[in-house]
Amino acid sequence: MANQPAAGLRARMARWPVTAPPTLYLVLFFLVPTLIMVLASIQYPGEFGGLSPILIEDQGHTRLDITLENYQRAVSETIYLQLFLKSLWYAIVTTVLCLVLAYPLSMMIARSNKKYRDLLLLLVILPFWSNFLIRIYAWMIILGPQAALAKGVNAALGAVGMEPVSLLFSPFAVIVGLVYVHLPFMILPLYANLEKHDPTLLDAAQDLGANAWQRFWKVTFPLSLPGVYAGAALVFIPALGAFAVPDLLGGTDAIMIGNVIKEQFREARDWPFGAALSFVLMAVALLAALAAAWAGKRYQQQAD
Amino acid sequence: MAGATRSNSATRVSRPLLGLSLAVYLFLYIPLIVVIVYSFNASRVQSGEWGGFTLDWYNKLLHNETLLNATLNSLIIGVAAAAIATVLGTLAGLALHRYKLRLLPVLVLAPVAIPEILQAVSLVLFFNAINLTLGMVSIILSHVAFCISFVAIVVRSRLQGMDESLTEAARDLGATPWQAFRMVTLPLIMPGIIAGALMAFTLSIDDFVITFFTSGPDAATLPLQIYSMIKVVVTPEVNAVSTLLMLLTLILIIIANKIAPSALQAK
Amino acid sequence: MALLEIRNVSRRFGDFLAVDNVSLEVGAGEFFTLVGPSGCGKTTLLRMIAGFDQPDTGQIVLEGKNLEGTPPEARNVHTVFQSYALFPHMTVEQNIAFPLRMAKTADDQIKPRVAEALEDVRLADKGKRYPHELSGGQRQRVALARALVNRPKLLLLDEPLAALDAKLKEQMQLELIELQREVGVTFIYVTHDQGEALALSHRIAVMNHGIIEQLDEPSKVYGFPKNRFVADFIGTCNLWEGTVTSAGERDFVLDLDGIGTARAIPNTTTKAMPQPGQRGCLTLRPEKLRIAADLAPLPEENSAAGKVHDFLYLGDVTIYIVNLDQGARIEAMLPNAASGRTRFFEVGDPVKIAWRVDAGHFIDG
Repeated sequence: MANQPAAGLRARMARWPVTAPPTLYLVLFFLVPTLIMVLASIQYPGEFGGLSPILIEDQGHTRLDITLENYQRAVSETIYLQLFLKSLWYAIVTTVLCLVLAYPLSMMIARSNKKYRDLLLLLVILPFWSNFLIRIYAWMIILGPQAALAKGVNAALGAVGMEPVSLLFSPFAVIVGLVYVHLPFMILPLYANLEKHDPTLLDAAQDLGANAWQRFWKVTFPLSLPGVYAGAALVFIPALGAFAVPDLLGGTDAIMIGNVIKEQFREARDWPFGAALSFVLMAVALLAALAAAWAGKRYQQQAD
Repeated sequence: MAGATRSNSATRVSRPLLGLSLAVYLFLYIPLIVVIVYSFNASRVQSGEWGGFTLDWYNKLLHNETLLNATLNSLIIGVAAAAIATVLGTLAGLALHRYKLRLLPVLVLAPVAIPEILQAVSLVLFFNAINLTLGMVSIILSHVAFCISFVAIVVRSRLQGMDESLTEAARDLGATPWQAFRMVTLPLIMPGIIAGALMAFTLSIDDFVITFFTSGPDAATLPLQIYSMIKVVVTPEVNAVSTLLMLLTLILIIIANKIAPSALQAK
Repeated sequence: MALLEIRNVSRRFGDFLAVDNVSLEVGAGEFFTLVGPSGCGKTTLLRMIAGFDQPDTGQIVLEGKNLEGTPPEARNVHTVFQSYALFPHMTVEQNIAFPLRMAKTADDQIKPRVAEALEDVRLADKGKRYPHELSGGQRQRVALARALVNRPKLLLLDEPLAALDAKLKEQMQLELIELQREVGVTFIYVTHDQGEALALSHRIAVMNHGIIEQLDEPSKVYGFPKNRFVADFIGTCNLWEGTVTSAGERDFVLDLDGIGTARAIPNTTTKAMPQPGQRGCLTLRPEKLRIAADLAPLPEENSAAGKVHDFLYLGDVTIYIVNLDQGARIEAMLPNAASGRTRFFEVGDPVKIAWRVDAGHFIDG
């Protein structure tokens, strides 16, 4: 069971056909690329885009040609720092809005009749399965300048003597898009948690004198925290690295860090700087993931 | 008893909760409904105006060579990536369930835990380093890399739900390890594998970010085509493509639901 | 020669010694039970016999052949799992045919043998059903039929009745005894339920902390427990500690803590007459105590007096907890057979108890 010394070598050999193929594939196409990205972030850009070689011939000697300039740039040029902060801010607002929207829905599904739960949940996932770009595009229509929503808003603004605004290509549009695209990531873990709650706990709380509001804040919400942490991580991390949503829904002043990374690889062709920005983004994402895992674990220990 | 249970469950979902939930459902569905309705709108301008019912946009699609080519590319990539990812992902799921490993769990979970754009960027750098021309092959290799995780997670959760003593019972009754796997474990995790395959196929067909980076000039996929249609000049044909894609997804989901009702909750 | 021999088998999980140098032999056709509290090593021992786990040291020998290195599928040993482990994607017939197919039985042989196995467990009409369509008792019987269909040398049963309710459990116990007699296969049965062990087995091994505390027939284990653990684990028992004050020809006198002096006979197994000054423990089953409002002890009886502290009415019998005047608390049992009354005494009633000199079983040391 725990350790089988007698089984030893033969058992280890038997593992290989199962573990080796996926491990090799992911090492080759995930781990190695990631390491190359880290390496690229300390290289100089090539003359015509791409990367300049790491080892160069210099007066008959071979020397290492690496630099920390890319990171210096990412930290010192305020435009990139601001961009990081803005991306963080968008991701946080998105996470909070997702939580606010997801909570009542997850709670409703978890508390409804067992017969309908799967169907209600499927209805949440269904739009999620439609093409990612189409879901963003739908908001381009709805928020577009010629759509009823924008016309109505601007008519109202005009009536009180204010300048018309553009709903599309704005931070507002980016947030709406991010929330829309990531909402199911919050609903699923929240539901999975809420569904396991013992309903008699609420009966007990009521029996002991708690009103509906107290029952929620003192019983349901604290117990749902592991689901909240999981959902928050699942929304926050991809939202932070979003690129398609700000690209399509954001204007020039609603771009995020993902757009700048893309620019380095497409238009600007400064791969090392793009890699350095990516590495910073990865560090932030991993920190967020670790924080969520740590919060979840700490909660688990409290519960034990 | 029955009466008490019913009244109990009725009181548990309060009216405000029901109202809020309904609003969220509307938020989820209205955008998609708008797209579907617009796909039948004769008016060329994307406004609130209704120009009458038409199937013109669907007709135009059928004659749009670039779009049809992109669709074909997407299907080829989707089938190839799903096939490879299903085999590798199933093995990974089995490995994660059976053995205490250090490296593989990290390799499986990390691609899911970091923003997609990072995987895209690192793959571009990697393909550049090994001098692989970007195109169909690089796209398929990339798609497999992110699909393995999802298949592995679904297969592992299926294995976790399986009574451990079933494989032991098979061995006990005379089955070799391979026979026990083929006759007991495999049939029991098959719904998970199928669900994983369908998920890999949809993820591949759907993927934009990684494809955007790892595609070459001659390998446009459907999402890339849709992107250029909505990024530059929006033509109402997009609505028609979108509606057809939604229909395709719906059909896939119905199939998945028939084969493995529990699989849909996994994504 | 014994069918199964376990020779000095040990198994360690990290710091935990699950099985500690265990040796035992099981004869052909025997119904043998391993009983003990959870974590005593009985399931580990069973898994090593089945081949799911390997001993760190020692040998498991079946029909004279050392099983080391033989995988589970190559052992002529089958298991009935606690969860039954019926394959959910196969019908009852397919489940039962599984071991036959694995053994490459000819196709035309499989059908009649499956039918026969279904007859044996009285499920002839359920062959086309799936496991989830059966009741708990029926699943249990399918698991038995499947494990017995190709007549293994040895059948291992891992708490097979644990999931059943009390009524069904009793019925299945009777069926198990009958089935084992019919098929003649050796059963090794693992349970934590001492009542079950007593009811079913030819011989019982009582395990605790990885060792066998006692291996005997049920009546011996119950009547003459080897040590305090066995006495306490099998059935309920009064354990009275005391010091030997004098020894005679046939019996000796004890000063029992909190009870008083009493005569007792030497340990039935060792037959050794204890020496004065020696400590020991007198074990006495509650049903061997006489209890009455007033009684005159017979010549061959010991007695003591006390007050009823509490009682448990169990229907067929009533258990009285009595605080003796000297301080000890004891348990006595009275059958409710004769009278229509549900109780003989009230809490606080003064009572006398008495027991025969040879009713107790003395444990040295």
